[in-house]
Amino acid sequence: MKNHDILTCLQCGTCHASCPSGRYTSLNIRKIVRDSVRRDISDEPELWMCTTCYNCQERCPRGIKVTDAVLTLRSEAVKKGMLLPAHRKVCRCLFETGYSIPIDDKHRLMRKKLGLGETVHKKAIKEVRTLLGSTKFNELIKI
Amino acid sequence: MKELSLFTGCLIPNRYPGIEKATKLALDRLDIKWSELKEAACCPAPGIYRSFDKITWLTLASRNLALAEEKGTDILTICNGCFSSLVDANNILKNDAALRSEVNSHLEKIGREYLGTIEVRHIIEFLYKDVGAEKIGRFIEKPLEIRAAVHYGCHLLKPTKDRKLGGAECPVFFDELVEATGATSVPYEGKTSCCGAGGGVRSAMLETSLRMTEYKLERIKKAVVDCIVDACPFCHLQYDGGQVELAKTGKTYNIPVVHYSQLLALALGATPQEAGLHLNEITYRGFEEKIASIQKTPAK
Repeated sequence: MKNHDILTCLQCGTCHASCPSGRYTSLNIRKIVRDSVRRDISDEPELWMCTTCYNCQERCPRGIKVTDAVLTLRSEAVKKGMLLPAHRKVCRCLFETGYSIPIDDKHRLMRKKLGLGETVHKKAIKEVRTLLGSTKFNELIKI
Repeated sequence: MKELSLFTGCLIPNRYPGIEKATKLALDRLDIKWSELKEAACCPAPGIYRSFDKITWLTLASRNLALAEEKGTDILTICNGCFSSLVDANNILKNDAALRSEVNSHLEKIGREYLGTIEVRHIIEFLYKDVGAEKIGRFIEKPLEIRAAVHYGCHLLKPTKDRKLGGAECPVFFDELVEATGATSVPYEGKTSCCGAGGGVRSAMLETSLRMTEYKLERIKKAVVDCIVDACPFCHLQYDGGQVELAKTGKTYNIPVVHYSQLLALALGATPQEAGLHLNEITYRGFEEKIASIQKTPAK
């Protein structure tokens, strides 16, 4: 990844020490930062263990946008077809319903009892589909 | 005060409609004018779409922004994820003519245009800045004398350079709003730590996300509180649904979880039923009874 800010990293490890996911997983954000400028890390599963909490970015003494870099690295991985099945499913929900988390019968009934209206909007779904086609997201994700 | 377009997102209307109901009740009782943002779609979720393709993320967000622009209203969000997507996309597009033009080339196909004429608000920062904790306190007839563990949620506070709500290490504004209802915000270790849900981790790696939730719940349990108060339905799901999921592995906490809108609605006199407390994954009869008994006592 071409990111000049990352070249200023002094490998102090404040990012990793601040990482809630790194406490439990093999995600070492310091290593991600180091390795991302040396080689392609698109196939590393650790990229997807970040909750994007921004602790690393907030605390970096060099002011490196670490979390934003993770987002860029992920989008590079997606371009190479590295996409977790669960995430593809969420994208499919958006394409089909306009929502990432669509309504189901149980919650439709809850809404009715509360006197709340419908959440399915046909025009919204149509427009979302047009936009997903226009940006070629459909092709990228293979919806 | 100007009318606001209420942006409910995906999770609140489709999984926690009680939060939507409570928000509408609370806004009405505080005399804040709002209307639905009709035809809105997913914000879209920052952890997923922003990670995958920046232009798609910006384009879908700009459609929601354009809907509010057509009405001439600012957007009011009640979810940290929706806030993060919409406020960040709005700031990026307002300051980058090339991206604005690219996004508009897509929006043209659905007959819409992003102009950059509105602002995006989150109910917590809106209530704090535009109404004020003191004024909210004046609306409360029966203070909710309970102990609350406040959970800000990452994207309400960070990135701090963009949010402009002060530091993220020891924020106080949300605590002040919680205390305006009569509750005590109880300090606890790891208060600003992540719930574990964001970034697509909950959807793809549930077990990993729950370990982070467990870290929080253990510390909240030690603080001995009546409930957790959050400002985001994804954190809400992680704490509420997460407790059901953790119970399957033999770890029980039984800590009630309420969104600030629900706490506020209760403080403004809504019944636990009206505030949708019974629509959580776990219902907490003891907590509901405590609230009902506070509400039954004569006003001071």
